[in-house]
Amino acid sequence: MTTDAANKPSGLTALANPTRFLALVRIVLPYLVVSTVLLLSIGLWMGFSVPDDYQQGRTVRIMFVHVPSVWMAMGAYMVMVSGALGVLVWRHPLADVAARSAAPIGAAFTFLGLATGSIWGRPMWGTWWVWDARLTSFLVLLIIYLGLIALWNAVEEPAKSARMAAVVVLVGALNIPIIRFSVEWFTTLHQGPSVMRAGGPSLAPHFLYPLLVMGLAFLLLFFTLHLMAMRNEILRRQIRTAQRKAARGHRNPVARETSK
Amino acid sequence: MTALLARDLRLALRSGGGAATALLFYLAVVVAMPFAVGPNAELLATIGGATLWIGALLAGLLGLERLFQTDHEDGSLDQMMLSPVPLPAQVFVKSLAHWLVTGLPLTVMVPVFGLFLGMQETAIAASIATLLVGTPAISFIGAVGAAVTVSLPRGGLLLSVLVLPLCIPVLIFGVGAIRAAVTEPDPFLPPFLLVTAISLFFSVLGPFASAYALRQGLD
Amino acid sequence: MRLQIENLSVKRGEELVLSALSFEVQQGRALIVRGHNGAGKSTLLRAIAGLLPHESGRILIAESPPEFAAASVPQLCHYLGGDNAMKAAMSVGENLKFWRDFSGQTHLEIDEALDIVGLDGLQTVPFAHLSTGQRRRIGIARLLVNYRPIWILDEPTSGLDAASEEQFAALMNVHLEDGGLIIAATHVPLGLESADELELSEVSVEGNH
Repeated sequence: MTTDAANKPSGLTALANPTRFLALVRIVLPYLVVSTVLLLSIGLWMGFSVPDDYQQGRTVRIMFVHVPSVWMAMGAYMVMVSGALGVLVWRHPLADVAARSAAPIGAAFTFLGLATGSIWGRPMWGTWWVWDARLTSFLVLLIIYLGLIALWNAVEEPAKSARMAAVVVLVGALNIPIIRFSVEWFTTLHQGPSVMRAGGPSLAPHFLYPLLVMGLAFLLLFFTLHLMAMRNEILRRQIRTAQRKAARGHRNPVARETSK
Repeated sequence: MTALLARDLRLALRSGGGAATALLFYLAVVVAMPFAVGPNAELLATIGGATLWIGALLAGLLGLERLFQTDHEDGSLDQMMLSPVPLPAQVFVKSLAHWLVTGLPLTVMVPVFGLFLGMQETAIAASIATLLVGTPAISFIGAVGAAVTVSLPRGGLLLSVLVLPLCIPVLIFGVGAIRAAVTEPDPFLPPFLLVTAISLFFSVLGPFASAYALRQGLD
Repeated sequence: MRLQIENLSVKRGEELVLSALSFEVQQGRALIVRGHNGAGKSTLLRAIAGLLPHESGRILIAESPPEFAAASVPQLCHYLGGDNAMKAAMSVGENLKFWRDFSGQTHLEIDEALDIVGLDGLQTVPFAHLSTGQRRRIGIARLLVNYRPIWILDEPTSGLDAASEEQFAALMNVHLEDGGLIIAATHVPLGLESADELELSEVSVEGNH
């Protein structure tokens, strides 16, 4: 009745999966980086060469950074939600890595969205900040992102932090529509100067195309950053496991004689 | 189940249990407000509802850190896992106990604090109503935060950071309802019912999410 | 009643602490789990009690007693770990009464249980005032106020003096005679009449240690 070493399939796939993933990243990443840089350059050039808007003047160009940032800020949360489901439902070894790596990127895009919105708002509203529904709900989203990052960092054990964070990600996801709704209710009650109504299908085509190119470029940028972050996270965990194994070998010198 | 409720209430009401501390904290917040904004009676009355809600939110967060942590430390949480009572039901009872010793006393104290702030009778009545139905949401959302931070040595701060953004809708509708009660054309009922709905929603989601997190957090 | 462990593997963090462990404990028998620090004694006990998720394998009860027909394995178990699960701010009696009301299948009265562990008359004393050994004995009294056939004991005699150890041994022997079963992790002999042993050795992890 002794425990025996078993290279059980579950352990093997758990190990093989990230390894295969790392190999895949190594192949894909250069192409991603090149196409991101390329598309970002094209998008920026297109954005800067559009004529001034008759209402917003040259500040309209902020839109080409602002709107894609906002899209990615929401997209990153979607990635976290699917990662959280992957952790809780399928217990996939890469799910938490994906969710965890998406959080700082999502927070950065949220911040970028808020900052560009604020810069855009300065000439439009005459003030850096208004308690507009969109701005406010994105501020709340930023706090949620930062809180989640703190939670991931606070819980030592990756397997445990994965499940704790997944619970909060999902509860947060259920909450985001409520927050959005309440904030909209809040701003209509207060009759704030919510003049931000750029975007939508009414956008002129010479603004729409650069925006779409920038959206695609930001999507690629997100994938690139996300894959890099996931790769780093996997490597970080492998180092951690190796360190623990080393410590384990030292803790019980007698173990070598007794095992087997 | 009643045994669990009785035990948690008893522990909270004993010295060092925190129920009295939460109430004192609430008083301190309400008293600090006039010093911050000045003794302008009209202004104080306008922000009275907001002050009461902010105080309730902060006081509610105060004891949440210990909601599962003491049970985790002394081994009681292990025993609770072995109980025939489903864990979400236990979490529900513990959250309820937390509300009974924080949210409810705060609500009961509103008439006194409202007078301090020079609020109208209708505003005070509206505050009591919204706090009564809204503060349970703080306890139930907070339980999730308490569950995911249960094994962290200084989880209280992180808990607040995680829970506060999720409480924003309750705050918005709670304060909005109070304002609507004294401002003529705005109806009181819709925001009031929304607060109620949020509380009910979290009274279901909170226990299940917390129970899951507690089970996964064991080691 | 039999407790069957089949191919149990348990991870702690990313580390596989128990790997494909199988054994069986019969009604009326005790199993002493041995092994050096870190071999996974506590991990095994917590996994059986359902306090740790297991990677693979099964924990089964065969021929469970009729009053526990619908119960899951953890609900058949009393678990006595390193902590006694008592609140310092409540009295001994209040603590025990809570667990008695809460855990189902009530068994002995509180004063009976206290009498057996030799602490009768301490009902109203706050738990905080007790010594380490006395606290452990209250923890043991908790095993008596509710009936559960499987006792899972992690270093149960830590903090007990020789007399209390003897007393506890007698208690465990009675539990076994009544048709219970015991799984205990310990370094010291417990004084049990019929006990099997399970020696846990280190899972030989791939690699070089």
